Amino acid sequence: MKISYREALRQALREALSTDPRVFLMGEDVGRYGGSYAVSKGLLDEFGPERIRDTPLSELGFVGAGVGAALGGMRPIVEVMTVNFSLLALDPIVNTAAALRHMSGGKFSVPLVVRMATGAGRQLAAQHSHSLENWYAHIPGIRVLAPATVADARGMLVQALADPDPVVMFEHAQLYNLEDELPDDWQCDITHAAVRRPGTQLTLISYGGSLPKAMQAASELASEGIDAEVIDLRVLRPLDSDTLTASVCKTHRAVIVDEGWKTCSLAAEIMARLMENCFYELDAPVARVCSEEVPIPYAKHLEDAALPQVAKIIAAVRGMLNV
Amino acid sequence: MTAPPESGQPLSLQLLADMLRIRRMEEKCAELYGAGKIRGFLHLYIGEEACAAGALRALAPEDNIVATYREHAHALLRGVPLRAIMAEMYGKAAGCCRGRGGSMHLFDAARRFYGGNAIVGGGLPLAVGLALADKLQGIARVTACFFGEGAMAEGAFHEAINLAALWRLPVLFCCENNLYAMGTALARSESQTDLCAKAASYRVAAVEVDGMDVRAVHEATRQATQQVRAGAGPFFLEYATYRFRAHSMFDPDLYRDKAEIEQWKQRGPIHSFTAQLKAAGELTEEAFLALDASAEAEVADAVAYAEAAEMEPIADLLKDVYTSQETS
Repeated sequence: MKISYREALRQALREALSTDPRVFLMGEDVGRYGGSYAVSKGLLDEFGPERIRDTPLSELGFVGAGVGAALGGMRPIVEVMTVNFSLLALDPIVNTAAALRHMSGGKFSVPLVVRMATGAGRQLAAQHSHSLENWYAHIPGIRVLAPATVADARGMLVQALADPDPVVMFEHAQLYNLEDELPDDWQCDITHAAVRRPGTQLTLISYGGSLPKAMQAASELASEGIDAEVIDLRVLRPLDSDTLTASVCKTHRAVIVDEGWKTCSLAAEIMARLMENCFYELDAPVARVCSEEVPIPYAKHLEDAALPQVAKIIAAVRGMLNV
Repeated sequence: MTAPPESGQPLSLQLLADMLRIRRMEEKCAELYGAGKIRGFLHLYIGEEACAAGALRALAPEDNIVATYREHAHALLRGVPLRAIMAEMYGKAAGCCRGRGGSMHLFDAARRFYGGNAIVGGGLPLAVGLALADKLQGIARVTACFFGEGAMAEGAFHEAINLAALWRLPVLFCCENNLYAMGTALARSESQTDLCAKAASYRVAAVEVDGMDVRAVHEATRQATQQVRAGAGPFFLEYATYRFRAHSMFDPDLYRDKAEIEQWKQRGPIHSFTAQLKAAGELTEEAFLALDASAEAEVADAVAYAEAAEMEPIADLLKDVYTSQETS
């Protein structure tokens, strides 16, 4: 049976809340409202207000409280409405959660999970549409996840909660309605990238909300006789360089699809790693399809033009193969 | 190593001994800084000893303590061995944070000492979370959070106290008001200088106490802690105090009058308490000298220990970034 990405996340939350009394969910509108993206709908009735905890509009306060609760023996899952709002909570995540273990000489771990929506495509304009995963991926001491499939939405939370260190999980807003079969083996690890489509002629590297676009591009390219491999990064920090290197050593070409802006992006980091790890395997300069360097606009035609799209990915591939 | 004063002593002598231990430690830190043994930022507590001494003795060993970057005294009185504190300032492997934290980041898990936070106000939401964890687990514990009055201009203060009051969490907000946020006087940084009024606006019980009077600090903290432990929700204490030294070792201290400093020194917490105890016949000069000598000996032992301690190997640089030891 097919379920939605949203439902997969809800199942994961429900299972976590049912099996571990230390787990609780807190964030803006996660309770009575049912979650701003309806992920936690129904959980308040099932688990009550102590464990499905509505917070004030106070990102710094409640994410910081999540850090404290994790230190105090709980397993908090903190939901921040979008990555845009999470900037108000950068201090507890970056200065405290990420740094605490090292700064304390290994005395404290922070088993905190922070979930947030990211990405554009819903005509919500600049302050609700940005993709800032790379900011978090820059920080040592946290693990950064980006589930792009229904199975990963179901599986990653389990591993995130089992991780003794802080985990930040990005859920692309365009994926919540994505439907797919939930395989029996939805259990996953949170250390490796995944090959979503094997191929021989070039590697498309993507993650999160851009993965379906990369997959569609690969499918259209296949109908033209171009065989692309698609890699889903899944884990944005620590990056799984080995899987990327192995793929590019096989295909000798790479195009990166990343909804972040080019400048200082994850795409830039991946290009650098490929250059460091397999420069002499490359038959062409690595290319990337990123967002245009503008705050994401409201109007649909402008928003579409600002974002990576299937046509842009195909154009980048054709340019690389001279076809 | 000299043992801390026995709990069998009268409370007044314990409080005096605590203050002397802080003072001797801090004076030695200043000296070691001058000698280049301790580097980085070093924020001394000299003049504010009555706050930590009075407050820490009012808290129970199972309570949580959250402190700022001016936290040597809180760590010491919480029971973190002075050897481990001093070795940390030296950046040695035997330091309480293996040389990764230094003066501003002292931590001790076994003693529930959660720093050591160098982000002004950063410890406040953390304290709320610790208290939330206790409440959810049904543990009757108090989380005491120390911070300066400068932190009350931060959003973190308002967000934290709102959450604590809204959820009736057992947080004791301990504001050490030394009148200067680094070099900026309270009246130059906050529109409302009545700090208790600020806290009270969140429907939190708020009491101001003379932070130069160790017995007053102790009694007020004891009463507040009782209320918090009984489930009355958070409590805000303002300790009116003053630091006799500059903000940090880099601070030329140009923003306040020498006369003002001298005036506060007249009310110095150690000599005024000593005089009180002597006048009441509770302390002889010999007993005072013995306490002071004990504090000095403890400091000397810690310095010798830190001097002799090993450096953390560079091979361990990447250790403890992730619990699983992974690096990227």
